Amino acid sequence: MSYVVEMLNIRKEFPGIVANDNVTLTLKKGEIHALLGENGAGKSTLMGVLFGMYQPEQGVIKIREKEVKITNPSVANQLGIGMVHQHFKLVENFTVTENIILGSEPLKGMILDIDKAAKRIAELSKHYGLNVDPHSKIEDISVGMQQRVEIMKMLYREAEVLIFDEPTAVLTPHEIEELMKIMRNLIKEGKSIIIITHKLKEIKAVADRCTVIRRGKGIGTVNVKETSESSLAEMMVGRHVNFKVDKEASTPGDVVLQIDSISVKNNRKVLGLKNFSVEVRRGEIVGIAGVEGNGQSELVEAITGLRKVESGKILLKGNEITNISIRQRIESGIGHIPEDRQRRGLVLDYTLENNMVLEVYNKPPFAKTGLLNGTAIKKYARSILEKFDVRSGEGGASIARTLSGGNQQKAIIGREMELDPDLLIAVQPTRGLDVGSIEYIHKRLIEHRDKGKAVLLVSLELDEVLQLSDRIAIVNNGELIGTVIASETNENEVGLMMAGVNKERSV
Amino acid sequence: MWTIIEQIFPYAIVFTIPLLITALGGLFSERSGIVNIGLEGLMISGAFASAITVNFLQDKMPNSSTVLWLGILAAIVVGLLFSLLHAFASINLSADQVISGTAINMIAMALTVFLARNITGSGNIRITSGFTPFDVPILSQIPIIGDLLFTKTYATTWFILIVLFVSAFMLNKTKFGLRLKSCGEFPQAAQAAGINVVRIRYIGVMLSGALSGLGGGIIILTYAGEFTGSVSGLGFLALASLIFGQWRPLGILGATLFFGFASTIANVSQVIPELAVIPPIILKIFPYVVTLIALVLFSKSSQAPKAAGEPFDPGKR
Amino acid sequence: MRNTIVSIIAIILGLIAGGLLMLFIGANPIEGYSYLFQGALKNISRIGDTLATATPLIFTGLAVAFAFRTGLFNIGVSGQMLIGGLAATAVGLSFDLSRPVLIILMILAGIIGGGLWAFIPGLLKARFNVHEVVATIMMNWIAYWTVYYIVPGYFKGEFLETESRKLAEESTLRTPWLTEMFQGSYINLGLFFAVIAVLIIAFIINKTTLGFELKAVGFNRHAAEYAGMKVNRNIILSMLISGALAGLGGVALYTGNASSMQIGILPSQGYDGIAVALLGANSPVGVFFAALLFGILYSGTGFMNAMIEIPPELANTIIAIIIYFAATSVLIHRLLNKFRKTRSNANDVNGPVGKKGEA
Repeated sequence: MSYVVEMLNIRKEFPGIVANDNVTLTLKKGEIHALLGENGAGKSTLMGVLFGMYQPEQGVIKIREKEVKITNPSVANQLGIGMVHQHFKLVENFTVTENIILGSEPLKGMILDIDKAAKRIAELSKHYGLNVDPHSKIEDISVGMQQRVEIMKMLYREAEVLIFDEPTAVLTPHEIEELMKIMRNLIKEGKSIIIITHKLKEIKAVADRCTVIRRGKGIGTVNVKETSESSLAEMMVGRHVNFKVDKEASTPGDVVLQIDSISVKNNRKVLGLKNFSVEVRRGEIVGIAGVEGNGQSELVEAITGLRKVESGKILLKGNEITNISIRQRIESGIGHIPEDRQRRGLVLDYTLENNMVLEVYNKPPFAKTGLLNGTAIKKYARSILEKFDVRSGEGGASIARTLSGGNQQKAIIGREMELDPDLLIAVQPTRGLDVGSIEYIHKRLIEHRDKGKAVLLVSLELDEVLQLSDRIAIVNNGELIGTVIASETNENEVGLMMAGVNKERSV
Repeated sequence: MWTIIEQIFPYAIVFTIPLLITALGGLFSERSGIVNIGLEGLMISGAFASAITVNFLQDKMPNSSTVLWLGILAAIVVGLLFSLLHAFASINLSADQVISGTAINMIAMALTVFLARNITGSGNIRITSGFTPFDVPILSQIPIIGDLLFTKTYATTWFILIVLFVSAFMLNKTKFGLRLKSCGEFPQAAQAAGINVVRIRYIGVMLSGALSGLGGGIIILTYAGEFTGSVSGLGFLALASLIFGQWRPLGILGATLFFGFASTIANVSQVIPELAVIPPIILKIFPYVVTLIALVLFSKSSQAPKAAGEPFDPGKR
Repeated sequence: MRNTIVSIIAIILGLIAGGLLMLFIGANPIEGYSYLFQGALKNISRIGDTLATATPLIFTGLAVAFAFRTGLFNIGVSGQMLIGGLAATAVGLSFDLSRPVLIILMILAGIIGGGLWAFIPGLLKARFNVHEVVATIMMNWIAYWTVYYIVPGYFKGEFLETESRKLAEESTLRTPWLTEMFQGSYINLGLFFAVIAVLIIAFIINKTTLGFELKAVGFNRHAAEYAGMKVNRNIILSMLISGALAGLGGVALYTGNASSMQIGILPSQGYDGIAVALLGANSPVGVFFAALLFGILYSGTGFMNAMIEIPPELANTIIAIIIYFAATSVLIHRLLNKFRKTRSNANDVNGPVGKKGEA
């Protein structure tokens, strides 16, 4: 059996950390090979090395049994290696064709030969069943379609080795099925595929072999057919993990949040949320399930006051809050763990102390008549950081930017829980964290529920929603498709609803 | 009224041209992703270079138009070299592009006068004669259009118009244009496609330097005739034209023509009775106020390159 | 600490560049700098002039630094100075009041004038997201032409078309005891106001909830918004305060150091404020010292020019080069890191040797 790619004993360091330490990965021709590891384990770095974005300190890379130095992405391209990045590398206001030809443009004399390229793209699209329109602009097509443009980019360059970096994160269950079909098609045509993921189910569904890395170290390579999901998980985390969340049945009380058919515009100034209604009671966790960009952000921002509501009403504990200021909402009992902790959740250049009082700095005892009280701030911050086990170099005086992602997230969660909000909105609370942190955060959210508070959970990880929630509301294209009881549903049902198939209609 | 327009037209065009070419330079820089508020300084450096070159050579080769074209060349070269400072700071060192641009402006303003004073004593550099306006044969005989467009024109005007159309062609039809735009919109995409973002951005900034220098040189060699250490804010006006023209070559042509006419009207208003009734202050601040209003109107639908002003670190994910 | 080192290195590099320039035009840099520093500090009167030269720079540096802290780049300080100065001059020339009342009114006029001129870009930024750099540049030129026509129109000087009438001695910030103390220097009350402004601004930035909000908005406006702060109000407020400081700079320049308005010129102190703020790492105390340094450079070049034939634009050139080095401070940081590394390596090598010596 011949190998198309051999990465042998790769070591890659960044200032302060070893991202890859003696990692070996080999790819057979015509196989789908999974690269499994937790967030931050070094998967993307390893693939970055293969794609020429980083230079390894040690180790050998062989392509088709010849040793090579991949100094930049265009060398990788010439060697027949293509990559679909987790965050797509597409220019939004370019057409599909312009994006695909960028970097290897066909010319007619001095002029770009767009027509010829478009024709070739249409042919390839037909051949591989990708269904891509060469003349659409990227900003006008769906995320799933954008991913196919990325795949097309590799095919256009006649890549033999295709790398997919977390390709399913942005797709609906149905789109995931489609993608897997496309992948199998590609294999049939003689391509070889590496798929980076932390989702075990997908590996079982599509991959032939799987290489596992943990904290930068290569753990080993296994045949997927002969390995169970739980032993893959153990290899990935380093201990036995129970992905089941322990929680008691909920005992819902009064309605805390009532959303009454609100409509909200999105960034493109069209309605991103239409006539949406949901309610959250004391002592329950309501999960919002949906594919990214189907109205979740608009919903959260409407409740927290970051976005204007066009029509409809929002009530908190019976009082209308539709048009009051953000600060008033915080004061009336809304806590918010934001989707993007670095953009919204923290002032990265502030100390942890200042970040811990970001919402209450102007209230006694932290301020009196406009003057800050440093001692009170310090004390308050220290108690949160201790309670939530936030680790940092210099305690409260550390600049927030210097903390690891997990500790930043714990600090935010600590800050929001310390306010003891009647309604806690947790958006993607565990994105990008390792299993240990995920378990910790899940426990805290359930504790909050058990204290008789309401929790609204928004997550793109269907598993997380299914396990934590008591009830699940499913959104698609800005509309509420339906609400289901978590204990009475399953992944298939919710998945179908996420794709827009209404429960009633489907029955 | 017609005679006024007829009289103003050639002057307005003469005034428009340096603005146009400088704004076009700014376009190349910004569409590659580098904000360049140093246009003013780059124009000054070009003006200085052309003035000193022509001043020096004119004694040796009197009445030769070659000297003037050498002056133009010097303006281009010096502008280009000077812009490398900005390119180095903002591309290699990820410096704040606005601050770096400000430094460019201040260095140009100070250094050129410093050198000029050292050379001439007064800080001003005078040239004996610049380009002479001429009527385009045959075309200037066409009624109406002939009077407006083809009388009292400068050779440089036609040269710049050619540059404009070549630029528009390059931007929209060629490989270079596609790559340049991708670097200004989303450099990570360009990098992933194997494009050398640093190189493209350098080219963008250097083009802005060369064209702004050219703009400064043309001011000296057409209507100014003397270097005084300033281009009276034309570089900033070019920046405004770039925004006004929404980062497109023909948009810029329109915007600079507007500013050219507005400024010319303000300058000649005192000698034209119909315009003298308007307080001159209104005419003078008119272009700036209109720019502010335009900025407000465009704020909703700005076509600004998305990555302009953001440093790009190729090593980062 | 590290900021200070970077600033000092930027200054040294700027001075070296100035020295090279002197060499280039055939002058002796050591001689040149010695005349420059003599010119600025030789006697009590020259020291007074240097402090006076630094005064408007303290204000403009504070103005730029304060806006920077809120993430705004106020490049329109020149225009705000002009309008502030014009307002104060207008008050000084138009009203016949007792000196303390008049001075207070002039200062208020300067604050309002400068504040108003910065309020417009602040409003445009907050309400329409118009970039403040372009907006303030436009406001500069509007101020330029406003002064250009208003001064000759309403306050025309007796001799020159390009100047306003002179303010009476009692209507300026000059005060006899200061002039006498500094033996005829044009130092004036502006310096005291500048020091007070430094203290007030430092207090606002570091000790108040307003400063907490403004800095939060500057570092991350999305997080500030999330936390319930009124981002737009803070942007406008920050520009207002910045403009008010610039306006005070105009008051200090036109009714303190000078006693009339000139037309046809945007005061260079506005742009120098950017350099002052950068060099002072946007801290009020840093701004104060950076302004003093620039005061020395400006005030010394006149003497230098008189003694040897070096054009006075040397000061502007050095300052401009210092800004460039401050803007590219990444380079200095990198050099410092490299230096530190080699030094610690050198220590490793020397370590055992030292021990041997002890034994």
